[in-house]
Amino acid sequence: MKKILIILLALPLGMVAQDNQKKSTKADFKVHGNCEICEKRIEKAALSIKGVKSADWDIPSNQISLIYNPAKVNLEAIHTAIAAKGHDTSEAKAKEEDYDALPNCCKYDRE
Amino acid sequence: MKKYILIVCFSWGVVFSQDPLNGIVQYQENNKTYPLTGASVFWQNTTIGTVTDIEGAFHLERTPETDLLIISYVGFKTDTLKIQMPFITHQMIQDQDDELDEVTLTQRRKASQKSYIETQNILKVSSDELLKAACCNLSESFETNPAIDVNFSDALTGTKQIKMLGLSSTYLLISEENIPMVRGASQAYGLTFTPGTWVESIQISKGAGSVTNGFESISGQINTELKKPMTDLPFFLNLFGSINGRYEINTHFNKKIDENWSTGLYLHGNKRTEKFDNNNDGFLDLPVSEQINLMNRWQYTDMEKGWVSFLSWRYMNDEKILGTLSFNPQKDRGMKNRWGSEIKTKRWDGSFKLGYVFPETPYQSFGVQTAYSSHDQDSYYGLRTYDINQDSFYTNLIFNSIIGNTLNKFKVGLNYSFDDYVELVNGDAYNRTDQNLGSFFEFTHDNNDNFSLIAGVRVDFHNNFGNFLTPRLHFRYVPLEKFVIRLSAGSGRKAANIFAENQTLFATNRSIKIQSSQGKIYGLNPERAWNYGMGLSKSFYIGDPHQISLSVDYYITQFTNQVVVDFEEPREVSFYNLEGESTAKSFQVELDYNLRNHLNFRVAYKNYDVQMDYKSGLLQKPLLAKNRFFANLGWESKTTAGGKQWRYDLTYHYVGAQRLVHNLIDGPGGFSPNYSLWNTQLTHVFSKKIEIYLGGENIGNYRQSSPIIGSDDPFGADFDAAQVYAPIFGGMVYSGLRFKI
Repeated sequence: MKKILIILLALPLGMVAQDNQKKSTKADFKVHGNCEICEKRIEKAALSIKGVKSADWDIPSNQISLIYNPAKVNLEAIHTAIAAKGHDTSEAKAKEEDYDALPNCCKYDRE
Repeated sequence: MKKYILIVCFSWGVVFSQDPLNGIVQYQENNKTYPLTGASVFWQNTTIGTVTDIEGAFHLERTPETDLLIISYVGFKTDTLKIQMPFITHQMIQDQDDELDEVTLTQRRKASQKSYIETQNILKVSSDELLKAACCNLSESFETNPAIDVNFSDALTGTKQIKMLGLSSTYLLISEENIPMVRGASQAYGLTFTPGTWVESIQISKGAGSVTNGFESISGQINTELKKPMTDLPFFLNLFGSINGRYEINTHFNKKIDENWSTGLYLHGNKRTEKFDNNNDGFLDLPVSEQINLMNRWQYTDMEKGWVSFLSWRYMNDEKILGTLSFNPQKDRGMKNRWGSEIKTKRWDGSFKLGYVFPETPYQSFGVQTAYSSHDQDSYYGLRTYDINQDSFYTNLIFNSIIGNTLNKFKVGLNYSFDDYVELVNGDAYNRTDQNLGSFFEFTHDNNDNFSLIAGVRVDFHNNFGNFLTPRLHFRYVPLEKFVIRLSAGSGRKAANIFAENQTLFATNRSIKIQSSQGKIYGLNPERAWNYGMGLSKSFYIGDPHQISLSVDYYITQFTNQVVVDFEEPREVSFYNLEGESTAKSFQVELDYNLRNHLNFRVAYKNYDVQMDYKSGLLQKPLLAKNRFFANLGWESKTTAGGKQWRYDLTYHYVGAQRLVHNLIDGPGGFSPNYSLWNTQLTHVFSKKIEIYLGGENIGNYRQSSPIIGSDDPFGADFDAAQVYAPIFGGMVYSGLRFKI
């Protein structure tokens, strides 16, 4: 019982300390998409990569705001992962078949 | 000037003109996108149309007549779109030169709504719903809500008591802004100490709650959020009067001091001076009473740096005189000539809250809450005296962050609570100090799609309970569109403050017996229970503009230890720890119908099966209706340009037969008759500033015929005013005014 308490007490301190060591970087770039369903898909694709801590995609501006650990992941990998779900980004273009696989509601106008 | 942008996202399966059209309507505010609920979508020059649902989505059949689609919503520019492509993206921006510039968007929101997104079964009650209730404090705010049953606690004090899942409010964690509030000494009357106009919203969660607020919630949690100085109106006045002689006044003053600081002063007073005895038993149907309640809040917000802080203090003084009509406290107190009672309560509260969101990593935050309260009740009931003082200190430290990414969040923290009780029951002193140090960890996973779970555990070190673990688990799964399955399980425990929680026993002459189990709380051991729940919700359409949602839930509370309050033997009340079984099973089915947000109709059926092993055998809990039926009809007219509006509300309660304990009038094995109650209210909004309301409570005038057993001999052994199953006062008409600046 005492051990559990010590662990639970130490946990938050440990996590804060650990997080400060990691250093987080922010990044913003454009991801093409339309709607709320796109939002979930895009954010999920970004978060599926280890090292991405938070992803927030905004519908009107089509901008994604990321917080990630540069030691674990590079931006290119995030672009690729989003494009693999059918969404063009400022750096990566989705394959034709991935775009076609999107539900109709999410078929944004391609440039 | 805020910019609102409507984004419409269409899907149109294949290009066949008869294929249905699906879409989502959204708007933007402060760079965030929200679904626009309640927007009308229809084909031009036709009657074929619909309104968007809570997620902004709509579904509309195609018509051969036209391909022009119109989308409109108050505060937005109406737009006409030509639907000819398999898919369209369209953005609408509000015209800045339009006179609608002045209109701030108030999104239509149902007064109370079940959340489809939350993992827990949480019902949110907005201040709109609170306005539907007759009056005026928290205990009276639940009458238009099927999740909670409102009963009278006794025939003398006029106090309403709430029940959830068939269990009394003592098994609920009642908190104010997440600080435990109505507990211990304030259990009996505490809900009447929060004026209704101070409340911004209420969250009712059924079943095992969150571990972050403590281990005390067994059947659920009710949390109230109070008005915030930063967002509340600069000035608010509410006056209320009813034909049962009750008058209330509420005023709020809020001031923005500078960019970061705001302060609010909230004053409440209520008084009942007239005496009524409609059932001619010689006793007041409602007490003569007076309350003054004062709160001052300071709010500090610095959004850029991520700091939010609240500092509040509050003072309350409440006095009631009850008993026989001719009772005079100066002359008759302590005498056997007239039965009477006075209950005087003074309370001080102070709290401090501080929250910080890390600006660089907004998914990380921490919060500190600290609260102190001093509760002092002095009272006598006939020849019995009951005094209780409780000093409480509570502090909670929470840290929020993520594991890996924002799909996996956690909360971790510590809390400490200290409660010092000094009680004097008919001259016998009971003193107790409770101290608890607890630590909790709560993990939330959400797959951003159709599945989420909350798993929490806490470890507590309590001076009177010992060391123990409290696990709680919530699970949500969405197998089909708009169909949600929820499961929950968890344990809870609490100290039974037998006198404070059962103050109604002083309104009897039953002798009080405590059968000790060598425990540390009045010789009794703490109560412990497991709660398991399951809920299903489905919302669907039967064609526009009708919205229907159906929800069913079932909860079981199993006590592994309980303090049984036993009224079964005539002329005595005894308290003892449970030997055997005690279970509360609750079933509820609710249907909600909504027509274009102007008409709302809700019906609910509830079934309770609450049984426990008394000394005299396994029995249903007395004074609890096995069957209850609820219906509520709400209507509101369209708001005119000048802000004029009518609102109407009608509530029906059917209360089934309730088991009665053996007494002089009903004998053994008695049941109460079933009965119906009707409440109604009509509000007229003259402008944004003034509205008046007129209402009736219990308009069918149903009354319990002789609510006080042995009222002709109030000092005799059979006197009992605690066996109440129906209203004591009949119909009541009230009227009031709200003034806002």
